[in-house]
Amino acid sequence: MKILEARGITKSYGHGPSRFDALKGVSLTINEAESLAIVGKSGSGKSTLMHLLALLDTIDGGTLRVGNIDSADIKGKDLNRMRNRDFGFVFQQFFLTPNASVLDNVVLPLVIAGVPPGERKKRGMAALEQLELADKAKNKATDLSGGQKQRAAIARALVNDPKVIFADEPTGNLDTATGAVVEDILFRLNKERGITLIIVTHDRDLASRCDRQFHVRDGLHSTADDLAARA
Amino acid sequence: MKFTDILTSAISNTFRSKLRTTLTIVAVFIGAFTLTLTSAVGTGVSRYINTQVAAMGATDVIIVSKADDAGAEGPAKYDPAAAKASSSMAGPPGSSMGMLAHSDLDEIAATSGVLHVEPVVLVAPDYIEFADQGKYELALNPNLGITQVDLAGGAQLDNPGNEPQILLPSTYLETLGMGSPDDIVGSTVGIGVTSHAGAQSSIQATVVGVQHETLLSGGSGINQNLTDKIKAIQDTGKPSNAVEGFIVATAYFDEALGTEHAQGIKDSLAAQGYTGQTIQDQLGTFQSVINGIVGVLNAFAVIALIAAGFGIINTLLMSVQERTREIGLMKAMGMGGGKVYALFSLEAIFIGFLGSAIGALAAIGLGSLLSNVLADTVLSDLPGLHIMQFDPGSVALIIAVVMLIAFLAGTLPARRAARQNPIDALRYE
Repeated sequence: MKILEARGITKSYGHGPSRFDALKGVSLTINEAESLAIVGKSGSGKSTLMHLLALLDTIDGGTLRVGNIDSADIKGKDLNRMRNRDFGFVFQQFFLTPNASVLDNVVLPLVIAGVPPGERKKRGMAALEQLELADKAKNKATDLSGGQKQRAAIARALVNDPKVIFADEPTGNLDTATGAVVEDILFRLNKERGITLIIVTHDRDLASRCDRQFHVRDGLHSTADDLAARA
Repeated sequence: MKFTDILTSAISNTFRSKLRTTLTIVAVFIGAFTLTLTSAVGTGVSRYINTQVAAMGATDVIIVSKADDAGAEGPAKYDPAAAKASSSMAGPPGSSMGMLAHSDLDEIAATSGVLHVEPVVLVAPDYIEFADQGKYELALNPNLGITQVDLAGGAQLDNPGNEPQILLPSTYLETLGMGSPDDIVGSTVGIGVTSHAGAQSSIQATVVGVQHETLLSGGSGINQNLTDKIKAIQDTGKPSNAVEGFIVATAYFDEALGTEHAQGIKDSLAAQGYTGQTIQDQLGTFQSVINGIVGVLNAFAVIALIAAGFGIINTLLMSVQERTREIGLMKAMGMGGGKVYALFSLEAIFIGFLGSAIGALAAIGLGSLLSNVLADTVLSDLPGLHIMQFDPGSVALIIAVVMLIAFLAGTLPARRAARQNPIDALRYE
């Protein structure tokens, strides 16, 4: 079943001479429970594509459907609810609040959703246990190692039971061994819980672990043949 | 996000950058501290005046004088019936103050609403004498005949009364060797009066009470009976054709008919060329001077608060800048712009609350201490005056106003935070 469907979406930034076309008409369909790698060099438009799919930004042209709904119809409270409940985010820079505790960081989506404190704690601890971080719950986020930080970030993405997890270079700031652990966690969630996984990366090894790769080059979809031709 | 969650995160965010928050709070503190003190001075002084005077003022009298002719061109036409003394009385520069003649009194008495009129007779006794302590000058305050004073002992003057009575200020007691106020009440003093012909004689009067010294005019008060007796002696040998004049007269009205009724009488008096003022009117002028001074002091405190408001703007703008990524993250996780706005506004309000609450508490502590020390030292001659009094209502109002200023200061940074685009915020380096 299709969970996200993009048809010829375009996005540009700036005006006049400084205008930059980040996406020039990209079509892409993502099915439920699959894992997809969006691959491309920096500046290719892969991050922009992910932001549009995650409804963090609005498309300029084309159509984007989330499930059966046109993204143009998702506004205000519905948009916030969708970002909060259906999507989880994992970023290269982790984006943990440094002085808050690990648990407080993890339950942030639940706080935003207005979940009462007792339940927040229960669900936050459950998410931390899955990622073997329960003993660090009370530590400050700054006291964690890089791998632990990214696991905390994954716990945060997971805490609200999302349908889709968007991961932007999740292993970019980690050494190979820790990166592998984080990858394993993400793919296990995809396999065991059926969470759709969309990973933006320029790491070919990580991309090859996904069910499917979607290559982006200069704001356009490029097929494997193009890549082969260039190689 | 629930309100309590927004509130608790706003409060904990406030303490994230402790030094910066503390400095901003200090700025708010200074403003709130000053404002609390100045308003306490206003409250203290007004309350003092109120207890000293407003409660004592007879509410059923209008004090009538001739309207001065400051606006008139040149001297008025000579009228032999008008009082002769007028030219010698000092009025405001450039005007002459008219005296009330007997014909004026009749006219005032005929004004509708006026029950009866009594001229305020100014008598000038020579001395006061108690036992064998010697003779001292006696200053009289003609207004004390119609007001109720703040007593240190004894009772108010009995008007009209059948016996001559005098009410002394507390400062007279020591000089005259009279002991405590309670000792002296009921004793007899001698008052020396010189007749128009030049012969000096003495009248006995009973001390009925002792008055606390006040901010307002001092002097002793005497009742109508004693006034009449002194006047009788002073007028002995006066030529019968001398024109008698009075500076002021008191007109009595029925106070049960309300302030509009009193205003109506004042208006009719004004139409006839007289100035009528109730005691409340006279005190009102005094109080508006005090209020003016306190108002200026308050204005300075408000200026300090406005400066503190810019401190809040600055602090929060820095905070928004620093937390751009965090705001972006929260928005990416579905936090609405309105809630982000509320979060930063509450932070501003909380800073305002902390600064103003601590400032008000410090002002209350220090002010009460200072006020008590002053009351025992510099201001000990004015018993009952506590220069600073803290009214819970006005302290609460000050805290509320400071929080409002803080909220207004927070709107700019809060808007900036609320409008952030999650993508730009997350990309921000």
